[in-house]
Amino acid sequence: MGGFDFDVIERSVGYLFREGMTFTLTLTGMAALGGIVFGTLLAMMRLSSFRVLAIVATGYVNLMRSIPLLLVIFWFYFLVPYIGAWMTGSSQPIQVGAFASSVITFTMFEAAYYSEIMRAGIQSIPRGQVSAGYALGLDYWQTMGRIVLPQAFRNMIPILLTQTIILFQDTSLVYVLSITDFLGAASKIAQRDGRLVEMYLFAALVYFVISFSLSVVVKRLQQKIAIVR
Amino acid sequence: MPMIEIRDVSKWYGSFQVLKDCTTNVEKGEVIVVCGPSGSGKSTLIKTVNALEPFQKGNIVVDGIVVNDPKTDLPKLRARVGMVFQHFELFPHLSVTENLTLAQIKVLNRTPDEARVRGLKYLDRVGLMEQKDKYPGQLSGGQQQRVAIARALSMDPICMLFDEPTSALDPEMINEVLDVMVLLAKEGMTMMVVTHEMGFARKVAHRVIFMDEGQIVEDATKDDFFGKPRSERAQQFLAKILHH
Repeated sequence: MGGFDFDVIERSVGYLFREGMTFTLTLTGMAALGGIVFGTLLAMMRLSSFRVLAIVATGYVNLMRSIPLLLVIFWFYFLVPYIGAWMTGSSQPIQVGAFASSVITFTMFEAAYYSEIMRAGIQSIPRGQVSAGYALGLDYWQTMGRIVLPQAFRNMIPILLTQTIILFQDTSLVYVLSITDFLGAASKIAQRDGRLVEMYLFAALVYFVISFSLSVVVKRLQQKIAIVR
Repeated sequence: MPMIEIRDVSKWYGSFQVLKDCTTNVEKGEVIVVCGPSGSGKSTLIKTVNALEPFQKGNIVVDGIVVNDPKTDLPKLRARVGMVFQHFELFPHLSVTENLTLAQIKVLNRTPDEARVRGLKYLDRVGLMEQKDKYPGQLSGGQQQRVAIARALSMDPICMLFDEPTSALDPEMINEVLDVMVLLAKEGMTMMVVTHEMGFARKVAHRVIFMDEGQIVEDATKDDFFGKPRSERAQQFLAKILHH
């Protein structure tokens, strides 16, 4: 181990977490929140009796699930400025910035996966619950918001969290946009100090510890929250 | 004017006809029992009354409002028609009190306090006051169904629909639910009840409707129905469920 210098970690750990991990967690949090909200809407569209809505949502989900995430990141990064320009009628591409672009990308991409989870969750609620809501005079949105979604969401929390752990790892792909997320920060130090092995080992360890601890929490949770019927 | 008027109602699932020109009336204060073999369309028929089941032909008028008119405000109509389901369908993530108050607050715009007072009044009526803070999963089937009845009653319905309210219950719990229903019938509530409980029919029904293969085969007063049913199918059905 003589050739290795693990002191580089101690010297850079403040920067790694302050800059890098903060970004990674912010992106994960925002994309998870946005993805679950958007994904739930997609799931409701797919299960809707309006054929057009169902077809649009199904097409979207299939598209997102059939393209590599890395490509989607590229596409959004290069396309969003033009779409923004087109929507606002501007002649110049709109500057979106790497952060906004990555939040949008991950929200849109993860929504496809969250929507599959929420769809299963909604379908796991007996039809009779919907009938009971309607029979009491609740409308579609009230029945969804007060009766179906709270139960579906609760049933699906473990799987939603598992998907979020995957999202947490996937956010490291934003390094292709030269963003300083946790891996990006580690990578910068690694190259500056010529300590690739040490830094990438450390980065892997950090991702492992966080992801693995979370999945243990999820397992515990799973046993606790099943709704008593 | 009858409270519920069902005229020539037909319904198809694809090419399969589940309801065939069903016609009947329920007068205000009347208790109607609908019976028949399983698959005869009785549950489907009762669910057309509050438009939980759409139908392709015919008309249903509830208190002067045409159910199948696209312009009808269905949530508003349904809020006035109480319904009790075979599997109770209490909301398992809400407490008993929340089950009783949710629709009162959201649909009738009552204040939470008003809704609580009203809900608990009916909970007391079905004898379950001490369960008000529990969750449905902590109650027995019979208790859950009584809460479901209280939930429907707290909306001040003009009539009540019961879709096999006791057929998912253990035998020892059937009577506690029937007792509540008998009480309700004696108070003059307009009721349409799909059930095989012929004891209940004998006790409080004014008329009995017998259905088979999507058709109303017999629509008779209670005495006529139990005394001398005209159709052979109704006689066979009665013989099968009454012989013990």
